[in-house]
Amino acid sequence: MIDTIKRISGVNPRKCMKCGKCTASCPAFERMQFHPHQFVDMVENGRIHELMNSEGIDFCLSCFACVERCPRNVEPAKVIEAVRLAVVRQQGGAHLTPDEIPALLDDELPQQAITAAFRKYRK
Amino acid sequence: MQRVGVFVCWCGSNIAATVDVEKVAEVLAKEPGVVFSTNYQYMCSQAGQEMIQESIAKYNLTGVVICSCSPRMHENTFRKTCEKAGLNPYMVEIANIREQCSWIHKDKETATEKAVILGRAAIAKVHLNAPLTSGTSPVKKRALVIGGGIAGIQTALDIADAGFDVDIVEKEPTIGGKMTQIDKTFPTLDCAACILTPKMVDAAQNEKIHIYSYSEVSSVKGFVGNFKVTIKKKARYVDETKCTGCGLCTEKCPQKKVPNAFNLGLDNRRAIYIPFAQAVPKVATIDADYCTMLKSGKCGVCSKVCTAGAIDYTQKDAFIEQEYGAIVVATGFNPIKLDQYDEFAYSQSPDVVTSLEFERLMNAAGPTGGTLLRPSDGQHPHTIVFVQCVGSRCDDSKGKPYCSKICCMYTAKHAMLCREKYPDTDVYVFYIDVRTPGKNFDEFYRRAVEEYGVHYVKGMVGKVVPENGKLKVQASDLIGNQQLHIDADMVVLAAAIEPDKSARPLATMLTASMDTNDFFTEAHPKLRPVESPTAGIFLSGACQGPKDIPETVAQASAAAAKVIGLLNKDHLVCNPCTAQPDELMCNGCSSCEKVCPYGAITYVDKEFRGPNRTTLLRRVAQVNPAVCQGCGACTVACPSGAMDLKGFSNKQIMAEVDAICR
Repeated sequence: MIDTIKRISGVNPRKCMKCGKCTASCPAFERMQFHPHQFVDMVENGRIHELMNSEGIDFCLSCFACVERCPRNVEPAKVIEAVRLAVVRQQGGAHLTPDEIPALLDDELPQQAITAAFRKYRK
Repeated sequence: MQRVGVFVCWCGSNIAATVDVEKVAEVLAKEPGVVFSTNYQYMCSQAGQEMIQESIAKYNLTGVVICSCSPRMHENTFRKTCEKAGLNPYMVEIANIREQCSWIHKDKETATEKAVILGRAAIAKVHLNAPLTSGTSPVKKRALVIGGGIAGIQTALDIADAGFDVDIVEKEPTIGGKMTQIDKTFPTLDCAACILTPKMVDAAQNEKIHIYSYSEVSSVKGFVGNFKVTIKKKARYVDETKCTGCGLCTEKCPQKKVPNAFNLGLDNRRAIYIPFAQAVPKVATIDADYCTMLKSGKCGVCSKVCTAGAIDYTQKDAFIEQEYGAIVVATGFNPIKLDQYDEFAYSQSPDVVTSLEFERLMNAAGPTGGTLLRPSDGQHPHTIVFVQCVGSRCDDSKGKPYCSKICCMYTAKHAMLCREKYPDTDVYVFYIDVRTPGKNFDEFYRRAVEEYGVHYVKGMVGKVVPENGKLKVQASDLIGNQQLHIDADMVVLAAAIEPDKSARPLATMLTASMDTNDFFTEAHPKLRPVESPTAGIFLSGACQGPKDIPETVAQASAAAAKVIGLLNKDHLVCNPCTAQPDELMCNGCSSCEKVCPYGAITYVDKEFRGPNRTTLLRRVAQVNPAVCQGCGACTVACPSGAMDLKGFSNKQIMAEVDAICR
């Protein structure tokens, strides 16, 4: 799982020098159980499931302030994006089967959304 | 053919663990000309050296090949060993089977094979070696110190103390450097000016020291013991010999709106100025960028008020040529520009200052007369936030990769002084790590926390927003796991330090090497820390790496000791591996003269005997062996193959290549 998160995010947590400038920059600090510098630390220490199940990861605005200001180019926001993706992908079972798709189609729903949903929930 | 002896060293397990040394000695024994081949645990030991000497006598060796570590380590050792046994020291060749073989290979079989090949190449070369004799070159007994900060001053004082003449070249109108701008010094909190100005005066009064202020080095030629340097004395439009430093002109000049560089632009000065009261030399300088007289020809007030008649609007840059035996680089540092870190609002609010600006705001000779006032409204600040590591310890794309080393201590000093002078202020220091190695340094930092109540917060400031006369600081407190929001009156940024911009072009002139951060590199990071790899060039102070004052002074004195050691010699032994042209092959094209970095090559018209008793006049290259450093640039440039390097001739190199490819 650590490797998956590292691969999806492209983040090397070992570059972090634990200065906390990411957390200092974060506008969503109050609403998250864990904070940007902790995301990086939790990847490094294998606490991915704890992070996936924590409160408030969806409150990360992806404003990329932490990415922009990190002195060491660690990019914590990309970790949380990867974690959110992991959460979505672990839902289990097929939420959507190809047979269901024709029934869902209507003029207002962009086809892209269906393709995206199909891909996300495929596994 | 030479009678060659081969000596394979184990270097303990350094070589023997990866290379089958016995096999190497065995295989090399079959090479042509090899009359003796052996291996030993430590060739460089006394016993090893004696073994070489005995073998030279016993087998009547005329060439020696030693398979061991890099020639940088022990070439000299083995040359001396063989010289004592009566062999010319240049009949010794080293095959590097440690750094270039055992240390970089894992597989013993491959490494052994490579060691044999390297040994074979050295044997092929030694067959073509010729005995060489070193010449000598005289030493000019005068030193040049480039940069007149505390590093340059200390080096110059120590060299002068040993009885040698020293010139200091300083680009600013006064010597003293960054230390003149500093208020107090850690960890003792004594006043910087009080300990620096006596040294400045010492330098000025010392008969052996000549100060070229407001000057720059414009060219450097020559080599160790014999540098020829051109110094550019920039026009200051004031006759140094006449100016008494009374300062009347600096009061009467009508151009009042010149940013005062000494106070980092926090206040203004006149167009004619003396940087500060204790300047050395205490001579006025006209700032040509702002002087109305120089720009439009209308004014001349300073000239009218000067009773000494020292003002000279027609002064031009002057060039001085001087010869030196040694050159010391002491070009120092500067804080970096903060444009890249505008989350701290440095460009948005005058109340966000750098630490050096903060020094001026605390200094009695500074823009506020020593009372800490906010630059924006002149009010006392009540909450001050210090941010450490601004631009230091960054990824390459975000700033400097190194720790600037001095910031932790000066920030602790600033925080402590604030709390001492103004106990009603709240002082926060945001740190990543507090790095205080040094005598009485950590105690000093602990005092700031324990006795002075400075709030040290492990974390970083994320952003600073100027709002309604306050600076809204958003920061992290990692130990408290909280985000802090502080309404500050002032924010002080501990900006990273970088080498002075003049260092890079100077390094090119000196052919001295630098690292990627433009710090000068040492000849050896541990064992030769004050010498540049270029002979005769020495390093003093922060041009070599970030340093505080005690370290700078220690290094400055160390550099002086090295210079004194050099200047004490009447002659230097030259490297005999110099270039030599074959006059019959030389076509007089001047290619070699153009590429020679030392100016060792000249051309002469020489008579040669032609066919049928005629005489031909041909232009041919001549090498001055005392100047040639044996770099080999000319041998590569020569289109007709006339230039050869003694000890590294084209034939020898080709023989090595042949031996490797065999």
